[in-house]
Amino acid sequence: MTLMVPAVNVADLKDTTLLNMGIFGLFVAITMVIVIKASRNNKTAADYYAAGRSFTGPQNGTAIAGDYLSAASFLGITGAIAINGYDGFMYSIGFLVAWLVALLLVAELLRNTGKFTMADVLSFRLKQRPVRIAAAISTLAVCFFYLLAQMAGAGSLISLLLGISDWGGQALVIIVVGALMIMYVLIGGMKGTTWVQIIKAMLLIAGAAVMTFWVLAIYGFNLSDLLGGAVETSGNPNMLNPGLQYGKTETSKLDFMSLGLALVLGTAALPHVLMRFYTVPTAKEARKSVVWSIWLIGLFYLFTLVLGYGAAALVGADTIKGAPGGVNSAAPLLAFHLGGPLLLGFISAVAFATILAVVAGLTITAAASFAHDIYASVIAKGKADADTEVKVARRTVVVIGLLAIAGGIFANGQNVAFLVALAFAVAASANLPTIVYSLFWRKFTTQGAIWSMYGGLGSAIILIALSPVVSGLKTSMIPGVNFAIFPLSNPGIVSIPLAFFLGWLGSVLDKNLEDTTKQAEMEVRSLTGVGAEKAVDH
Amino acid sequence: MGNDAPTPDAAASVDFKQVQSTKQFQELRKRHRSFVFPMAVAFLLWYFAYVLLADYAVGFMSTKVWGNINIGLILGLLQFVSTFAITGWYVSYSNRRLDPIAAEIRHEIEGHEFDKEGNKISGVTK
Repeated sequence: MTLMVPAVNVADLKDTTLLNMGIFGLFVAITMVIVIKASRNNKTAADYYAAGRSFTGPQNGTAIAGDYLSAASFLGITGAIAINGYDGFMYSIGFLVAWLVALLLVAELLRNTGKFTMADVLSFRLKQRPVRIAAAISTLAVCFFYLLAQMAGAGSLISLLLGISDWGGQALVIIVVGALMIMYVLIGGMKGTTWVQIIKAMLLIAGAAVMTFWVLAIYGFNLSDLLGGAVETSGNPNMLNPGLQYGKTETSKLDFMSLGLALVLGTAALPHVLMRFYTVPTAKEARKSVVWSIWLIGLFYLFTLVLGYGAAALVGADTIKGAPGGVNSAAPLLAFHLGGPLLLGFISAVAFATILAVVAGLTITAAASFAHDIYASVIAKGKADADTEVKVARRTVVVIGLLAIAGGIFANGQNVAFLVALAFAVAASANLPTIVYSLFWRKFTTQGAIWSMYGGLGSAIILIALSPVVSGLKTSMIPGVNFAIFPLSNPGIVSIPLAFFLGWLGSVLDKNLEDTTKQAEMEVRSLTGVGAEKAVDH
Repeated sequence: MGNDAPTPDAAASVDFKQVQSTKQFQELRKRHRSFVFPMAVAFLLWYFAYVLLADYAVGFMSTKVWGNINIGLILGLLQFVSTFAITGWYVSYSNRRLDPIAAEIRHEIEGHEFDKEGNKISGVTK
């Protein structure tokens, strides 16, 4: 196989720093103008949290794809395929199939029953305060894990692109990313954030499409030859077979099952994805958004398959592992190999934008949940007016932004796709059982919801803390000590069934019966869209 | 906005229990559940069958079919195909079997509201 372009020399990357910063600066400038324009009509809480429910299905679908195709998908999966071959591909399958849960069971019903946050739906027919507090706490927890992953991704990307390898320099860039994100969310609210997501999703998919086409062209549009190239460069024929990463021991096989479960059940329970369903006017538009995002996300994951094996064939696993940023640098290195500094600059700017936009989406979700569920409903006991609530949300944005910056500096260097998988496990354990039960099970009670949410959240977090992720291995967060008594690095296989079981047990043991009128109302509203369809005539 | 009621009150005075017990609503619920539940079970089974094969039947998955393309890759790509197919199927089912009946019930409830309250309901405009 003769290659059309010379091999990648990582040291050359430093010369492109100025170009990268220029392209990134241009993106920030353009999106900031759009955010400011979009925010002119932000008046009510519905404007700030739900973009006035003014987006169409395709627009929202693109924004969902933007939220979902985070740094983990682009950098993480491409890198995982480049290094671990087939096992990396399985991430993208889980991430995609998961959307069917959202499409079939959650999206439309949720759009019809809630207003701004996940807690609106969960507390609809149960006791408001306890359920709302539990839902808000799990929303904040999931957003925090997800934020950590994104900020960690920012750190490793920066070390590669800007040639900043010292800790202080990376910390500085994380601060800049965090500050920009706070500005987007403060100024633009949900509407501005959604526009940033839409632009970013289109750039990301276009960039990936160009690279995919390019890689395929090098191999004469023959997938088999591309796979052969990956095997040749890596010298490992098992690149194409399952098991390279997870097939080593019985424990790692079980870990893989656990990961698969968390991936497929986590998506429909991610608060920042759920909140997006409120930005459209009707359930039918919510359905259209999911359909649109399934197509975009599916297409993108097909691209990452080519990009991952392309990086393995053209750049080589050793070069990728040796580069600053490690596994996460496969996609940018492939871009540099194909199109030189200009394509690298474009792809890195898109990757930066991805992190920025996803962090903004997470922040607004967490802020809305705090202001709407904890402040307005619990602290102010429903007496806060909309203006105060939005004011609280804006302040929360700043606090969360600062927390994300601190967390990002701390988590810098951790594996991005992996941290996101933990967020999925926490979401699937803490939220999904209660969402499904409250939509479909008539006898579900407040006690069931509380047991399931705290049980799922608590068990997921405790198991992560006791896993090899945190201690015991060289790659752990705290490598020096060993209190890893739970062998799996993903808790899903234990915590998700446990949360479903607790939801059932709590309900059948509950002596207090729930209001059947509320149950009837929720069921009728969720299936017909009464009230919600015309809910906003701004 | 800061109130406890999670949804707008366009249909607040409706007797939802009565609506829930109507044949029409029961039919809508039956149609919805008889599609989404079996479909959810089916795709989850298919996904976990695939994950189990990749986990415990590495030899089978590594069987080459054409050039370097093996069964694992084909089954993986089939997961994409089935996801797209179920999506399309659900959309066409909803358009045909769910949306019309949901709209009918909605209009009935809102029409009923109109009569009872004697004023026009156009959602929550403040």
